Amino acid sequence: MNKVFFGLLAISVWAACTSGEKKTLPIYGSRQPVTKTVNGKTVTDTIYQTIPKFKFVNQYGDSITNKSLDGDIYVADFFFTTCPSICPLMARNMLKVYNTFKNTGNFKIISHTIDPKHDTVPALKKYADKLGVTGNTWWFLRGEKEDTYNIAEKSYLVAVSKDSTAAGGYVHQGYFVLVDKQKRVRGAYDGTDPKQVDQLIADIKTLQAEPDEMIVQ
Amino acid sequence: MKIRFVIGLVLFFTVLFIISCESDSSIEFKRYYSEGAQIYQTRCQNCHGKNGEGLLSLIPPLTDSIYFKNNKATLACFIRRGSKDPIVVNGKGFASVMPRQDLAPVELAEVITYIQNSFGNKFGLTEVDDVQRVLNNCK
Ligand code: HEC
Repeated sequence: MNKVFFGLLAISVWAACTSGEKKTLPIYGSRQPVTKTVNGKTVTDTIYQTIPKFKFVNQYGDSITNKSLDGDIYVADFFFTTCPSICPLMARNMLKVYNTFKNTGNFKIISHTIDPKHDTVPALKKYADKLGVTGNTWWFLRGEKEDTYNIAEKSYLVAVSKDSTAAGGYVHQGYFVLVDKQKRVRGAYDGTDPKQVDQLIADIKTLQAEPDEMIVQ
Repeated sequence: MKIRFVIGLVLFFTVLFIISCESDSSIEFKRYYSEGAQIYQTRCQNCHGKNGEGLLSLIPPLTDSIYFKNNKATLACFIRRGSKDPIVVNGKGFASVMPRQDLAPVELAEVITYIQNSFGNKFGLTEVDDVQRVLNNCK
């Protein structure tokens, strides 16, 4: 009896400790130290890699740039509407993210088509309609194929390209990439794996709770 | 006495025959069904979902028994050839593309046996001969 009691006590103490611990997400990409002088003192700051400027068009025909996502936490992925293998699975999982956060504000999802020839604006709109996606939380974007691949490989997928030996091809592997309000990559998740997508949802909540002073650039 | 014995023997063998026949086809069913489950997981589940639920208006569910019944004669053709024509499932219209599925007749029979006896459907075994007959008449 006593043993059980102490066992429970130990567990509850442990649980209380671990739940109080604040989780922070890693920051991916290259970083550069910069020194500057503040109030006569030299301080070292770090400049993190951020998502560069871009310009695409969404399912409504509106032009979407990096500015359209200012102040937002967002998730990016790469797909095409006629993809026969993993895309329906990714869509099913992304819908979970969408439904969790669509009403929270300062949150967006951008899905880039890698088949802009076939995925015209009306085709993207139709796809969004079939998934029941309305409003401006989830954009389906098209642009020059080259631009899309460029931003995918050089910016969004840095998190996965670093610790993988295979060159290229990440675009086709169904990653969901989490980007913070400062446009830094904070996580990459296998969009075909419901468990990792649950982790993504948890991590978005962690990011949302991140204090704002960390955001000034 | 002798007659009785003969009748008894005949009865015995008839019963034995029926029993073994039945368990034969139920073993056959189980084999088709479990092979079909494998094929479903690797070839169909991404789209149609673990429980055959489909995906909103993008991909139809596999829960419409009436659709299966009405299309019994062409289902194997449909799966093998894929589809881009609008169809109605569970009273809802779908106009998406299902890519063609390169499956052998026996694999088609297995996966059809699986989907037609899962997700609330109960159609029994579809054998490779049934599928072959259907495939011979595909348009
Ligand atoms: C790339 C996604 C995709 C894959 C993979 C796929 N299907 Fe489909 N399936 C669809 C779509 C989309 C339709 C509706 C087609 C239309 O609107 O013409 C459909 C329709 C069907 C239908 C008829 C309608 C219904 O829901 O009953 C059946 C039966 C079917 N699929 C079975 C299969 C089987 C069996 C497999 C695996 C061997 C499979 N599908 C693989 C997307 C897919």
